Amino acid sequence: MAELTYRDAVARGIAQEMARDPDVVFLGEDVAKAGGVFKATVGLLEQFGPLRVRDTPISEQAILGAAMGAAMTGLKPIAEIMFADFLAVCYDYVANEIPKARYMTNGQVGCPLVIRFGGGGGLRFGAQHSQSVENWCMQFPGLKVVSPSSPVDVVGLMAAAVRDPDPVMFMEHKALYAIKGEVPDGEIVDTLGTAKILRPGTDCSLIALGLMVHRALAAAERLQSEFGINAEVVDVRSLVPLDTQTILGSVARTNRMFTVEENPRLLGWGAEIVSIVADEAFYDLDAPPVRITAPHIPLPAADELEDLVIPSVDRVVDTVRRSLSA
Amino acid sequence: MPRKAGPSTAPNDDIGEAKRLEMYRLQKVIRDAEQRANDLFFQNLIKGTSHLSIGQEAIAAGVAAAMEDGDLTFCTYRGHAHTLARGVSVEKVLGELMGRDNGLMRGKGGSMHLTSVEHGVMGSYAIIGAHLNIACGAAWRAQYRGARDVSVCFFGDGTTNIGAFHEALNFAAIWKLPVVFVCENNLYMEYTPIAEVTAVEHPAADRASAYGLPRIVIDGNDADTVYRTMSAAFERARGGDGPSLIEAMTYRHSGHSRADPAKYRPEGELERWKERDPLRIYRERLKQFGVSEEQIAAIDAEVLKVVDEATEACKAAPTTSVDVLFTDVYADGGWAWRN
Repeated sequence: MAELTYRDAVARGIAQEMARDPDVVFLGEDVAKAGGVFKATVGLLEQFGPLRVRDTPISEQAILGAAMGAAMTGLKPIAEIMFADFLAVCYDYVANEIPKARYMTNGQVGCPLVIRFGGGGGLRFGAQHSQSVENWCMQFPGLKVVSPSSPVDVVGLMAAAVRDPDPVMFMEHKALYAIKGEVPDGEIVDTLGTAKILRPGTDCSLIALGLMVHRALAAAERLQSEFGINAEVVDVRSLVPLDTQTILGSVARTNRMFTVEENPRLLGWGAEIVSIVADEAFYDLDAPPVRITAPHIPLPAADELEDLVIPSVDRVVDTVRRSLSA
Repeated sequence: MPRKAGPSTAPNDDIGEAKRLEMYRLQKVIRDAEQRANDLFFQNLIKGTSHLSIGQEAIAAGVAAAMEDGDLTFCTYRGHAHTLARGVSVEKVLGELMGRDNGLMRGKGGSMHLTSVEHGVMGSYAIIGAHLNIACGAAWRAQYRGARDVSVCFFGDGTTNIGAFHEALNFAAIWKLPVVFVCENNLYMEYTPIAEVTAVEHPAADRASAYGLPRIVIDGNDADTVYRTMSAAFERARGGDGPSLIEAMTYRHSGHSRADPAKYRPEGELERWKERDPLRIYRERLKQFGVSEEQIAAIDAEVLKVVDEATEACKAAPTTSVDVLFTDVYADGGWAWRN
């Protein structure tokens, strides 16, 4: 067991898979010699050599196109898109090409690849380098979408994503790269499509993802100590496939649900979960589900402004407390 | 040895009769199948849209004839010709266009997405420019594994003005990928003349130097020229010397798509290009090399029979079973996104 940062866990997860399977290759901007702009891929070039770990030009369409063509013909590429926001400049591959290939060809072609990118705010990068793009990825049948919140999940979900025969969008959270966590020695392989209950509770369910998992956990501690509210925290981890059973099970026990989402309000992932819960667990609910999201505005850069936009521990505590005492 | 581009003059030249007969037959298959697709559209048996290659057959045929088994084809939405040229049956292509159960993808792709992996046809791509980068990826796999195959990527002149084209050319050049980019310059991007919207005369070839590649413009209506040029490009790719960008000049006899009567073309242009019809050129070429009128007529009759039989088979085929609707979204064969 070693303590590892989230960023080191990225390199560990990729290295684990590259060591196992020579078909796994890795490409992206500044990922090889520089070790990544977030230093999340340090050492991979030295360990696996320049044929398997490749720097590319600033050409996101070339990166995803190359990953797709290589995946279609037998490799298992991991492609880095540096900032999640840059998916917009290669969105044709995310929206039109990669997810639809298998279906349109009646199963002749598959795209076993991983697209990993740093998303999320909190680092004062402003509106074009901070977005939570879950709903950019979830809407295309054929894609899978995961987002780890801890170093051990980074390693395990990376392994699961690389080994999965379908294309996987792997959302890392930039504000989590520096966090540390225990990671067991040896091979770690997790399972896509599984949520985790990180804190059992009885009074309400906080359904969260990525950075928001940490805020939900902190909020749950304060709700307990300050208000005697025992909140359950569910880390969704995998948006597609979605582990609805774990979420529905939680709501059945607590009878109250809150989603904690970093994304702007409209069509955030929580909306889909609320819809499922409304359809299938309506009579488990003691009150309407509540979505805690960013307001529907672009993310501002300045400290005070950005902190007001992204759901904070205070906001989660206040929302839950007021809702439960209403 | 590099082969010289240009029309053949010697009777026992580098191409030979068998290859020429193959190229003629391929061009004829494409011509008749495309003409049939057009007819079936007007009988309302083919829906949606489709983009014909009538007038452009020499490129698909000349390239395919120069390819080896295992080489990979990436086409655009105007991809019937390139798919047929790799040996996919007329019945499977027409069946797909007609939405029948005997179609290449059982109707799940349609005209713009013809794919037959067993023939090396790795897909037809309907968003301009995307597949140039995808072809790079397939070529990267070949390079990485030390495999011999080359990826060929067809596209139209209009593609040269989208960013994906330039990303792919640079990427292929810096990684020295075994990929051949074939620009079919038919003079019109869709409805607009390419010259009106492009800063250089030759939209592909005049950009080649930006990527350190030789400038290559050829007569795309002469299958021999296409064949020789491609053979040299394949040699270069297999030798580890990287990509080629070839601009083949041609002309489509019909409009951009089914919806386009092509009224924007100046008077006489179509007629002038019909004098340079690739099949007409190639019949003369065959005769020049001693193939008789009777031999040519026999090929024509045989191909027409194939297309007729394919048409009847497609008309008789059932429409695709709805069972396929929810299959192959994900690799487990299904479409489940939740538990």
